Amino acid sequence: MHEILQYISSYLTSDKTPGAAGNMFWVLVYIMLVFTGLSVAVIAMNWLERKILAHMQVRLGPMRVGPHGLLQPIADAIKLLLKEDIMPAEADGFVFWMAPLIVVLAAFTVFVVVPFGPTHAITDMNIGILFMLGVSSLSVLGIVMAGWASNSHYPLIGALRSSAQMVSYEVAMGLAVVSAILMTSLNASGTGTLSMIGIVQAQFEQGEWFVFKFFPLGLIAFFIFAVAMVAETNRAPFDLAEAESELTAGFHTEYSGFRWSLFFLAEYSAMIAVSSIAVTLWLGGWLRPFPHWLIGTPWDQIFSLFPGVTFLFLAAICFYNTVRMPKHPLFRIQTIGLAGFGVVLGLIGLVLFIPAVSVRVQDIFWFSTKVAGFMYLYIWYRGTFPRYRFDQLMQMGWKVLLPMGLGVLILTAGVALLQQNIWHP
Amino acid sequence: MLIGGIAVITRKNPVHSALALIVALLAQASIYLMLYAPFVAGVQIILYAGGIMVLFLFVIMLVSIDRSMKERQFNSQWVVGMIAATALGGLFIAVYTKGKSIFPDGVPAIVEGDNTQKVANLLYGQYMFAFEIASLLLLVAIIGAVVMAKKRI
Amino acid sequence: MVPITTLHYLVLGAALFLLGVIGVLTRRNVVIVLMSIELILNAVNLNLVAFSHYWQSMPARLGGGPLALHGQIFSIFVITDAAAEAAVGLGILIAFFRNKETVNIDEVNLLKW
Repeated sequence: MHEILQYISSYLTSDKTPGAAGNMFWVLVYIMLVFTGLSVAVIAMNWLERKILAHMQVRLGPMRVGPHGLLQPIADAIKLLLKEDIMPAEADGFVFWMAPLIVVLAAFTVFVVVPFGPTHAITDMNIGILFMLGVSSLSVLGIVMAGWASNSHYPLIGALRSSAQMVSYEVAMGLAVVSAILMTSLNASGTGTLSMIGIVQAQFEQGEWFVFKFFPLGLIAFFIFAVAMVAETNRAPFDLAEAESELTAGFHTEYSGFRWSLFFLAEYSAMIAVSSIAVTLWLGGWLRPFPHWLIGTPWDQIFSLFPGVTFLFLAAICFYNTVRMPKHPLFRIQTIGLAGFGVVLGLIGLVLFIPAVSVRVQDIFWFSTKVAGFMYLYIWYRGTFPRYRFDQLMQMGWKVLLPMGLGVLILTAGVALLQQNIWHP
Repeated sequence: MLIGGIAVITRKNPVHSALALIVALLAQASIYLMLYAPFVAGVQIILYAGGIMVLFLFVIMLVSIDRSMKERQFNSQWVVGMIAATALGGLFIAVYTKGKSIFPDGVPAIVEGDNTQKVANLLYGQYMFAFEIASLLLLVAIIGAVVMAKKRI
Repeated sequence: MVPITTLHYLVLGAALFLLGVIGVLTRRNVVIVLMSIELILNAVNLNLVAFSHYWQSMPARLGGGPLALHGQIFSIFVITDAAAEAAVGLGILIAFFRNKETVNIDEVNLLKW
């Protein structure tokens, strides 16, 4: 018993990720935490997407199920779980069953190397970014299999189009990523790194986020990656393969109930995964804004107040809406529910003010805030841009983003060489 | 990996064969990790499992008609093929049992801190010429594949 | 527990090679023959990387040492070549399929007397 406690507590004083320290118990704890956080994030994304899209289209969105529709995702989940599981008669049973599994596995395995903080990753692989790109390209396989196994025209065409699009934009993504990795090699020790935690630490040492480095090269590379990642995850405006008016939901037409919810889960997890790649590579990962310019105790204290203040702000919104609820006896339960939700958020905010907690939560908070900003951008794109036609899509991937990516890579390499040899010899 | 390999050559449905090959490739990547070659493992997953197998699945979907699954699966020379393969297997067994003593017991554990940097140093230093030739080869392959699959040149 | 020496990896590579050769020699479907060729190339890669690992434990004056990663670089080139060859092979397959509507190797006999 004492050895078990010793094993568990020996990790708490180390400064490496659990995978690097080899501590199996904490690896499992971190995996559970990431899995739970991801599920909560997907549920929240579902609700947020419907509400934000609705407000952008000057309507209200789901308002009935819970107070302001807060229980809508739970109702959706219950409906999906209870639906009948249909398989087309001529479909290939084994492949039909395996396809959503592969997509979900690929989307969830990516999170093994996502860095929430300097030691807050499940493990820190030496080839972190290569692993993430590779595993997210395995989800293309699942989509192709899904289209094939449904044994009908629309899913097949949808799967072919969707996988062709994903493969094309992977090339542009890879080039943008390479030009960001180039920038990691400009620090004092002279060697770059592919590990995710190493990339953020290189940004910390060089004192600026890579999106602002060698202006405007970092910005263009970030822009290429931002467009390519939206196309990679089959989201608007690149969602020709799954749009309802085009191909009747594309490759997941024949899936219903729980299998469809697996695809849906995998799509949102892939969105969060590529957003976290973008945040790590260009936006400084877990670093708070201005980590080098605004230093000193007063600034540290101000920035450490941010997590608590955010949750208190959300709680204030909840209370404001509680007061504005209609005063009809049928709305009493919803009003009490919303007030309770506001109280819970306020309590979390107050807990986050305690210095011992806020010091640990800082990095995770900044990372999550930046990823949440990207999620908002995704929803904003969906509400704003019209859909691309498929040939316009492929044309943009190969004829616009690929040359731009190559150009940025060559220019970044050139400027980096100049900086190493001429300006700081 | 061996199960994947056996499944590749014995399945009737080519889609099942492709899936078995994907399993074999992923198992191969994990063996590379055991051999302290993380960069090659990453390249294997991205290129082989994520690129080449997508290409194979595309072509299977375009080309494979149900008629091909109902025909005989093994061709008419399978007896000679099996004899040749058995001869090859016998050769392998002979070589490996005779040369077993060269290899030391136990494989040393190497710290894999900067494998990628070392590979990059060698690749862009000593093997730069081969690198450029490989890019030329890929260009030729792209042009060849596009010309081959066009309907009218 | 038997320690896993380099020999085990080489035997695994040889077994995969054998499976690939059987696949090439006995199957009728062209796509499966091409996939067996990929198996063969993978077996070769496994041998290369296993030997590169073996050389890393050899003393430097014999050509070893921790920088002896030539096998891994060779295997990266082999993977690149496999991709190019798969692309061209599948292109040929598609061009042939357009003419003959079958994926049977036994029917590729236009040059037979």
